[in-house]
Amino acid sequence: MNGMWKFTVRRILIMIPQVVLLSILVFIMAKMMPGDALSGLMDPNLDPATLEELREKLGLNDPWYTQYIHWIGDLFHGDMGESFRYKMPVSELIGQRMVNTFWLSLVTLILIYLISVPLGIISGRYNDSLLDQAITGYTYIGFATPLFIFALVLLWIFGFQFGWFPTGGSVTPGSTPGTLDYISSKLYHLLLPAISMALIGTVGTVQYLRNEIIDTKQKDFILTARAKGASESRVYNRHVLRNSLLPIAAFFGYEITGLISGTVFVESIYTYPGMGQLFLESITTRDYSVATALTLLFGIAAILGTLISDIILSLVDPRIRIK
Amino acid sequence: MEKNVAVLEETEQTEESKSPTGFSIFWREIVRDKLALISLIFLVLISAFVYGISLFMNQEDIVTVDLFSIHQPPSSDFWLGTDYGGRDVFGQLIIGTRNSLSIGILVTLMSGAIGILFGLIAGYFGGTVDNIMMRILDFFMVLPFLMIVIVFVAIVPKYSIISFSLIMTLFLWMGIARLIRSKALQERELDYIQASKTMGSSNFKIMMTQMLPNLSSIIIVNMTLNLAANIGIESGLSFLGFGFPEDTPSLGTLLSYATNPQTLEFRWWIWVPPAILILVLMLAVRNVGEALKRATDARQRRG
Repeated sequence: MNGMWKFTVRRILIMIPQVVLLSILVFIMAKMMPGDALSGLMDPNLDPATLEELREKLGLNDPWYTQYIHWIGDLFHGDMGESFRYKMPVSELIGQRMVNTFWLSLVTLILIYLISVPLGIISGRYNDSLLDQAITGYTYIGFATPLFIFALVLLWIFGFQFGWFPTGGSVTPGSTPGTLDYISSKLYHLLLPAISMALIGTVGTVQYLRNEIIDTKQKDFILTARAKGASESRVYNRHVLRNSLLPIAAFFGYEITGLISGTVFVESIYTYPGMGQLFLESITTRDYSVATALTLLFGIAAILGTLISDIILSLVDPRIRIK
Repeated sequence: MEKNVAVLEETEQTEESKSPTGFSIFWREIVRDKLALISLIFLVLISAFVYGISLFMNQEDIVTVDLFSIHQPPSSDFWLGTDYGGRDVFGQLIIGTRNSLSIGILVTLMSGAIGILFGLIAGYFGGTVDNIMMRILDFFMVLPFLMIVIVFVAIVPKYSIISFSLIMTLFLWMGIARLIRSKALQERELDYIQASKTMGSSNFKIMMTQMLPNLSSIIIVNMTLNLAANIGIESGLSFLGFGFPEDTPSLGTLLSYATNPQTLEFRWWIWVPPAILILVLMLAVRNVGEALKRATDARQRRG
């Protein structure tokens, strides 16, 4: 147990410079973007002298490190600036969109596990069977298929040709929040985007699980279990899967990085109003305070995701702690 | 001293001529794997085709907007119809394939060079150097690649193909660096490196002329697989509108026309061919890469 705490503390200590570096990188990008906090609010009738005064007051003429400290301080107070396009605080705007992206990501994650675990188990247990070959074929093609092409094709087939799914938005306009209709409509809208992300996202996990099971199958302790007369299902449930499934449960943190870029593509293809779509929109409309805030948030989410997965994995598999 | 070096070099050469060289193993493996062979032939043919034909095509002509022929269905004039600007889709497909392949190769080579150098230095020196360099690499790994690249693309002044490939390279060297580092860590314990050190070879010389050749087969495999991935990344970025500049068609730009629901639903000839091409290109490159990968591991070889 002691070793585990040591690992956790060390791992968190590694994270701190990562977050600081990320914030500096995002800050530099924000400074490189054309215009500053004032260009959005600017009243063309203001004379340059007043403008300069305003700049001075807002600290835009200070050296960069003072500005950086101010920026970080504001962030800690939840102040991420103002969106000049939506004319509202960035934090509020992101808050509205975050709900949609959160549900989309959650459903995708659930689907990923629902699909990949059975497929991985079948493919590993009955390796080299016809079924395994089909699953391996799926992972091979899925690995080479870019998500955006797959999402487009699904939208074309199931959204437009068959008309089984809605082709955009996150909810049927006009339904009242809180009702059962509203919730089912939300789910209906995010199902196809989630399926397209999940079917591509499972590939790595299926392959990992398959290899793990095939590896474990040949170990001595499995031979022993069989020799003791354990039934086939007992061998798998109690011995093989026990070793392979736990690490997979811990992978969800690593999935976050993939989910983030996935939502950018999928939300833009299905015009689903989430953070990914907001990000692209804010870049094309030059609403840069939104873009920087989102980049920082996504970056922190990815860092935290890896942190959580690393810690859980070290719990499950003590060998990792030694590295 | 010099004599010894000469002797060493001589033995190296004689040994090389005895055992099959890396390339003949690669070649045997590809010939043995029918899928990889077909993929390779396909890749050679399609590259010859797009690079050859585009020599006779005028890119200016193809990307010029023609308002009299907007969104025409396929015909004998326009084999795959025209886009919203009246531009010939087939011509854009040829040039787009060429551009996507070129940038894929360019980015793979550039990120490969950086990654190899980074990995070699970290692995060869080990210890503190390795520790610091790995923390830097970890940081790059954890960055949200897509967003950072998009922001860079948006803020770079005088955006061009060169700056695009540089931005991609900047965030794509980590995978190969990590691989080379772990191999170099193993390699540096071997006797030939120690011997070379005792004889006074400079660190740079050992890394570049002794370690690097021994890692060449892994590098080739990894770069081939990276090429497949990079073609996908480029087309994805171009699809979102943050890849190639407007006037330079790529497979991704053609696909992005499908974000218009009308085009997606009724004009499949614009976006289905580039979609299939991207898929087939990526699969073909990967098939070759997988065959090469098997060739580097004697236990898995088929040939």
